[in-house]
Amino acid sequence: MNYFLQQTINGLTLGSIYGLIAIGYTMVYGIVGMINFAHGDIYMVGSFIAVIGFTGLALLGVSSVPLALLIVLIGAVFFTSAYGWTVERVAYRPLRGAPRLAPLISAIGMSIFLQNYVQLAQGARQKPVPPLISGGITLVPSDSFPVTLSYIQLLIIGLTTVLMVGFSLLIARTALGRQQRACEQDRLMAALVGINVDRTISLTFVIGAALAAVAGLMVSLYYGVVDFFIGFLAGLKAFTAAVLGGIGSIPGAMLGGILIGLIESYYSAYFSIDYKDVAAFAILILVLIFRPSGLLGRPEIEKV
Amino acid sequence: MEPSSPGIARHVKEALLWALLAFVLALPLIGVETFPAVTTLGLRPRFGAVAIVVAVVFVARLLLVGLTALRKRRIATLIEKPVRPLAGLASPRVARIVGLLFLAVAIVLPFLPLDNRRYLIDTATVLLIYVMLGWGLNVVVGLAGLLDLGYVAFYAVGAYCYALVAQAFGLGFWECLPLSGALAALFGVLLGFPVLRLRGDYLAIVTLGFGEIIRIILVNWASLTGGPNGISGIPRPSFFGLPLTPTGGFADFFGIAYSPDQRVIYLYFVILALALGTNLLVRRLRRLPIGRAWEALREDEIACRSLGINPTLVKLSAFGTGAMLGGFAGAFFATRASFISPESFTFSESASILAIVVLGGMGSQLGVVLAASFLVLLGELGREFAQYRMVVFGACMILIMIWRPQGLIAHREPSVRLKADAAQS
Repeated sequence: MNYFLQQTINGLTLGSIYGLIAIGYTMVYGIVGMINFAHGDIYMVGSFIAVIGFTGLALLGVSSVPLALLIVLIGAVFFTSAYGWTVERVAYRPLRGAPRLAPLISAIGMSIFLQNYVQLAQGARQKPVPPLISGGITLVPSDSFPVTLSYIQLLIIGLTTVLMVGFSLLIARTALGRQQRACEQDRLMAALVGINVDRTISLTFVIGAALAAVAGLMVSLYYGVVDFFIGFLAGLKAFTAAVLGGIGSIPGAMLGGILIGLIESYYSAYFSIDYKDVAAFAILILVLIFRPSGLLGRPEIEKV
Repeated sequence: MEPSSPGIARHVKEALLWALLAFVLALPLIGVETFPAVTTLGLRPRFGAVAIVVAVVFVARLLLVGLTALRKRRIATLIEKPVRPLAGLASPRVARIVGLLFLAVAIVLPFLPLDNRRYLIDTATVLLIYVMLGWGLNVVVGLAGLLDLGYVAFYAVGAYCYALVAQAFGLGFWECLPLSGALAALFGVLLGFPVLRLRGDYLAIVTLGFGEIIRIILVNWASLTGGPNGISGIPRPSFFGLPLTPTGGFADFFGIAYSPDQRVIYLYFVILALALGTNLLVRRLRRLPIGRAWEALREDEIACRSLGINPTLVKLSAFGTGAMLGGFAGAFFATRASFISPESFTFSESASILAIVVLGGMGSQLGVVLAASFLVLLGELGREFAQYRMVVFGACMILIMIWRPQGLIAHREPSVRLKADAAQS
């Protein structure tokens, strides 16, 4: 039982991160109708910026943990958002209205570019992160298998919850959220009623990148290492999460992320850790066969 | 005729904004170099590199604006089509002549009396593998318009199928070749079946995942695949039953002196034949109803459906055909290297093949050859170039999609014309 509880905590942590990335996928899909393949790499860029930020602050002698976290958080979100904006502006905006294959290939090109650019600029080796937060709370004391919730896990789950609540409010209550929902329903009509569609789409990418940057920062703290290839698998799983939840649906992305995290965690705990990546992929295939619209999504009708 | 000065000022201002953006982007990732230090990382600034990037972006933006303005003016004054680079190659007649020229060079190449002949043949063999993979993937991406991001998985299936069957049952290359292709095609059909009913984007991500899954299985299923160590001692192909060995083989049979070059040249001709076979097959398939259905489906799925074409089956056939060709290439790769490991089948390999197809022009056979040559030669020029290769390719894929979505020399002429139209030309 303790083992199960511990795996649930680990799964929730992982799922929070997937959920944050999945929002980026699902939001872009909702508005532009394409898969932003470079999103996983945006997350990787975010984690690299976080690693460099933490290392720099450690070298400068900033020892206060909350201060370091705050500075790096702001820095990572700012720079990663700039990357998100540029990706949209350079690779996707010129292709709006092009045949469907074109933006997909452009997105793949962007993903390849970002991966190899970071490898070139920062080297192919894994980068260690200075340990910032250690320790944790023992939830269920036990001699054989105590259940612990580390402070990092607490931070990840807490911060994700706060972000998701804030983000839901942003979509539901603010003018930007209304504009986004309008663009999602009908881009032409939204433009006719005076919404700046280009700006809304750009902001969608910026928000997605900002959430991915937070995920990247937390992952670098959680695992302690990053490399230029982490965006590939994380992107794949987050996309699976978005599909599982119903692509285009934001609560679906959060739910899907947490489910994928839990499934991966249980699978590697009870079956085989070697094949944990296969589990997420098998789910993707199963969902596509039996319920392509996902858990919370609406079925897609193609109009002529 | 010069653009008025306020226009220039505006362009300079815009270029400055782009340079500022480049500065922001480059600052954290290029401006700071990380190096391994005692306990954690060390950092050192690299402002020179940032300055170069900013300058390049500034100049590139200005040039871009200038070129666009020039082109617009020319169109406006001359009412003429913009000059397209390599446009001549797109015409079928020129393409045929250039293709035959390439073929002639490919056939005489191994017999040229050059000092570095061995190296040349090896490079040409690698090039031909990429050409064949490109042609195979072209069926899927270029003709049927399905984005396959895990093509290397079928290549891997073919390679491992040959290696395992040859070692377990002692079969030769030529017996295993159809088997490799069939198994790869089977994988393609099994994977495609659930996914091809859905929108194309899903196929892209599922194939991406599939490529990774195959690699994970190859690494972890050590009892069958040898895990990360791979499989070595894969048998070489024989020449109509004659092994190309120092004694008792090809050389003895024909009574000529043995030379290790014979095997290399033989392998070269095997891949040349395989690649040509692929080319021929694809060209013939294009003329068949199924090939026409592929292209029609690429252009408009709903129209096809209303004409009674079953999109899922047609897509599945394209996907399976592409997978089969990948399997053939994989079997050849295994027999040539005589050693395979999961390292040869990573995502970057899939990305390279896709880049070849996209840059060469989707659907164009000659374009694939040119793009593959570019990729292989860039890798051969030196390690520094090899490092930049994928960055350049990624950027090129974006630029090509924006400026010339049909690829460098592709032509999207209809494969079928009405009779009256044909009589006129």
